[in-house]
This record gives sequence, C-alpha cells and structure tokens, in this order.
Amino acid sequence: MATEAGPAINPIEQFQLSKVLSINIGGHDFSLTNSSIYMILAVAVALGIMAIGARGGDGVPGRLQSLAEMAYEFVAGMVRSAAGEAGMRFFPMVFCLFLFILICNLIGLVPYSFTVTSHIIVTVALALLVFLTVVVIGVYENGLHFFKLFVPSGVPLAILPVVVIIEVISFLSRPLSHSVRLFANMLAGHITLNVFGGFVVMMLGAGAAVKALAILPFAMTIGLFSLELLVAFLQAYVFTMLTCMYLNDALHPGGH
Amino acid sequence: MDPVAAKYIGAGLAAIGTGAAGIGVGTLFGQFLNGALRNPSAVDGQFGRRLIFGFAVTEALGIFALLIAFLLLFAV
Repeated sequence: MATEAGPAINPIEQFQLSKVLSINIGGHDFSLTNSSIYMILAVAVALGIMAIGARGGDGVPGRLQSLAEMAYEFVAGMVRSAAGEAGMRFFPMVFCLFLFILICNLIGLVPYSFTVTSHIIVTVALALLVFLTVVVIGVYENGLHFFKLFVPSGVPLAILPVVVIIEVISFLSRPLSHSVRLFANMLAGHITLNVFGGFVVMMLGAGAAVKALAILPFAMTIGLFSLELLVAFLQAYVFTMLTCMYLNDALHPGGH
Repeated sequence: MDPVAAKYIGAGLAAIGTGAAGIGVGTLFGQFLNGALRNPSAVDGQFGRRLIFGFAVTEALGIFALLIAFLLLFAV
C-alpha cells in the first residue's frame, strides 16, 4: 500500500463493465456484459413477482400476491394523483419503470453484484424514454397547444420572451436532472459503501491498536447500507413520481 | 499547479456543495415539523407524498455536487 502512487482504495473498480459473451453484428458491439446479465435478472425477478403474484386471486391474499397487489396499488395511486384518470393509459410503462429501477437498485445492494442504474447510460436511456414519450404524446394529443406549456398565464408582456426562454431551458433540462439524480445517488452510495468497507480492511491490516478500532467503519458500513436501502426505494419512487408529473404535463399542458 | 493536486483541491471544493444541500433539507424538514406540530391531523396526507418527494429532489442537488467531486477524484 505504501508503494502505490494512487489511492489504496479503488471504489471505481466495482463499476467496470466486463463482456461475458462477445456478440458482433455488422461491426457493432452487441456483447452481453455483466450489466446486461443483471438487467435480465431484474426483469426476471419482476416478471416472477408479478406473474406468480397476480395468479392467485385469493380473497385473502398470501404474501406474494399481497406484494404484487401493494406494488400495483402504490404505482396506480401515484399515477392517478399526479396525472388523473387519463394518465392510467401510461400505467404499464410507469409500473415497468418503477419495478425495473427498484429491483435494479435492490439487486445492486447484494454484495459482489453489479448496480445497473449506476451507469449514466442506463439512466439516460430511461429518462430520455420518458422525455420523448412526453413530447411525442404531448404534440400528438394537443397539437401546437402543447407549447402553451412554455407560456405561463398572467405574465406581463414585457418580460414574456425572457420567461418563455427560461421555461424552454428548464423543460429541456428535465431529462438531464431526471437521469443524473438516479445515477448520482446510486454512484455516490456505492462508492461510499466501497470506501468504508475498504477502511475496515485497511484497519484490520494495520497494527494491533488500530485493529480494535476497525469496528467503527464496520458499524458505519451497516448504517450506510440501511441508508442505501432507503435510497434505493426513494430514488425509484422519485423517478416514477416525476415521470407521472411530466406525463401530466403532456396530457394537460398548462395545468388544465 | 500539479494537475493531481488541482484534482484533489477541486474535489474538496465541490464537496462543499453537499453541505449547502444539507441546509436545504434541514429547512424543509424544519418547516414540515413546524406545520406538523401545529396541525397534526394534516400530517398523514402530506408526509408520504409531499415531504419525501421534496426531500429527494432537494437531496439530488447535493448529490450532483458529490458527483462532481467523485468525477474529479476518479474519472479525470
């Protein structure tokens, strides 16, 4: 450790993509990576929970059915409160987004696994999906009335051009903040977990007096893990909530 | 200035932004508690939806600052 020039703890290593199966189609790289495998795993888990959970139909639901019903009710409540009954058209997409992000986040917390959503490309893909859905559906449903979104009512004519420009910029920054929020939360969480874990190992490798103190970063790691569990749920919730709010803007531009 | 030193200094400066987010989150929860103690019956309606969501969006800005710090430390 003393001979290395860089930091002894390397938290970035956990985010490395590694090819599992090289697939090359027409010069383009479609390889199966560890990220792809974990995405497939997340989809399989989500499918499993919902397919088996929705099968029962018991009046008094068992655990898995209860879980599936609670997930449904939670997301449906979110969509209805943010976008109204018209928003339920998008419920399948919103539900899939929520389950995918939640399960990817949770799988990432398992030791030695890989967090799919800790890569900006994944979160940008999801955020762009939402953004393009909003723009396309907005223009399709409302025509040019959709651009009324950028012209808030009750603004004095003198500053209207400035307000419109600000509104357009803030609209265009939505996919950016939407994606970076999820990405940065996952990245920061996992880097912190890795660093504190590294502290435990470093302290155990040092002298006898320091060895006893290794319990402190260990306790911190436990606390951080529970925080990361909360953040996993919270970020999935916030991503989905914002998706519903943006969809509301598409369906009812200008708030009505 | 040595670029590696500049990286570390930049990362340290960027991490100050996380403290600023702490002010925002503290204000948010403080105001929530203020209102909750005056009108406890309104708490259940607001807690899950408004407070948690507002907290996450405010926290995000602090995490953006932390992201810049990490980018400087590990990715540049």
